[in-house]
Amino acid sequence: MTEATIDTFVEQATDPVVITGFVQILTATVLAAIVLGVVYARELDFEREVLTTSGRGLVQVVAAGAVIGVLLAAHLAWATVVLAFMICVAGWISHKRGDAIPGVFRTSVLSIGFGAGLVIVMMTVAGAIETTMRDLIVIGSMIIANAMKTNSLVLDRFTGELAANRPEIEAMLSVGGSPDRAINQYVSTSVYASIIPILDSIKSLGIVQIPGLMAGMIIAGANPIYAAQYQFVIMLMIFAAGGLTVVVNTMLISRRVFTDAKQLDDSVLDAIET
Amino acid sequence: MVPKLEAESLTRVVDGDRIVDAVSLRVPTSDVVAIIGPSGSGKSSFLRLLNRLDEPTDGTVFLDGTDYREIDPQELRRRIGLIPQDAALSRGTVAENVALGARVRDEPVDEERVAALLERMGLEGYEDRAVDDLSGGERQRVSIARTLYVDPEVLLLDEPTAHLDTTTEAQIEDLLAELIREDDLTCVLVTHDTAQAKRLGDRIVEFVDGRVAAEGTPADVIG
Repeated sequence: MTEATIDTFVEQATDPVVITGFVQILTATVLAAIVLGVVYARELDFEREVLTTSGRGLVQVVAAGAVIGVLLAAHLAWATVVLAFMICVAGWISHKRGDAIPGVFRTSVLSIGFGAGLVIVMMTVAGAIETTMRDLIVIGSMIIANAMKTNSLVLDRFTGELAANRPEIEAMLSVGGSPDRAINQYVSTSVYASIIPILDSIKSLGIVQIPGLMAGMIIAGANPIYAAQYQFVIMLMIFAAGGLTVVVNTMLISRRVFTDAKQLDDSVLDAIET
Repeated sequence: MVPKLEAESLTRVVDGDRIVDAVSLRVPTSDVVAIIGPSGSGKSSFLRLLNRLDEPTDGTVFLDGTDYREIDPQELRRRIGLIPQDAALSRGTVAENVALGARVRDEPVDEERVAALLERMGLEGYEDRAVDDLSGGERQRVSIARTLYVDPEVLLLDEPTAHLDTTTEAQIEDLLAELIREDDLTCVLVTHDTAQAKRLGDRIVEFVDGRVAAEGTPADVIG
């Protein structure tokens, strides 16, 4: 680590705005604690997940903020390394929603890499993402994170559909259906369910929500119409990355739940049910 | 003479348990073999091995003398049709479910065949009804029509009247008896009801703990 890098880090870490940030986190934590109290009172039994996830998220995001500050001063080539690392971590986090499926970590990394990677490359070529560390890391991470969320949703729904519809799937196999045909409608349902959040976000753009990026651009003095246009571009990028991710991943995983003899794989279904 | 269907030392081991244990069975053409036995004796598990919905740990099945591992599983399952315990209908209309065998292969639907099958099932004019609106007995009739649509050479029936009330059970059993008689079907019927096994079966096989405990005519096995 060079002396300049250390100076950059120290300068950012001691900025008074960082203290203000921690006060804001405390305020938001109080609000989240109210939700936790309700969860606990109603015995919904996911307070531990909320707590650990929030704690982990805080540490990660603050660390990321510090790292990004340092990275912004680094050579552009590092952007590829950082984005590839993010894709691997996203695949790791996401694959747990479907870890009953053999090889799902690999398929998740491949799918997020393909979906998010393709969108980042194409939009960089098109000029929507500037070839700067700042744009590539900040916008790239946004696209990867959303592709990860979509991937998690599709894995969760797909395994749920398999467990809930085993008799129907086997009825289709029993009349000579191929594995692909037998689970086709459940794959479609899962893909659609996974993109509902982003579709709803696009639907509500400007009416229910002023998304963060657009708000930030307006606060920073950008033309509000251009800020809105750019936000829309970002939303479409997120949609495209998520859509490509889940289409590729369901294509890859749907083969893995069947045996070579075109039977539903018992070991996969048993793992889903447990 | 080569039997229509023959299981040879068919075995299925799950988590160390031999749920089907070296079962051999010959089913000649046009025979109805009824399998009886207590719950958990491996009857339904055995049936799932016959059309390869599950993989045997050991042993195999011959269809017309051909080892079924040499037949593409999709083709095999059309030749050995299964009527499951739960009708397991897909969302949609009655006609869509009956013609599932065509739809899953992107073949044109033979609407006359659908109508004829529904008429035989006592469901004339039900083509456009949503399956969600059907009673348990009607759902099972649609399930039978769905299996018959692909014209299987062997019919496997897994407790086809298990979840029905007494009246509907009798109606479905009468329907099956009529189909077996008129179409000269080769069947393997799994049932917990010994009286039903006696009424429908030419031969009875009794399972205990995944093994064949008794085999013979209904009079020999049930008395």
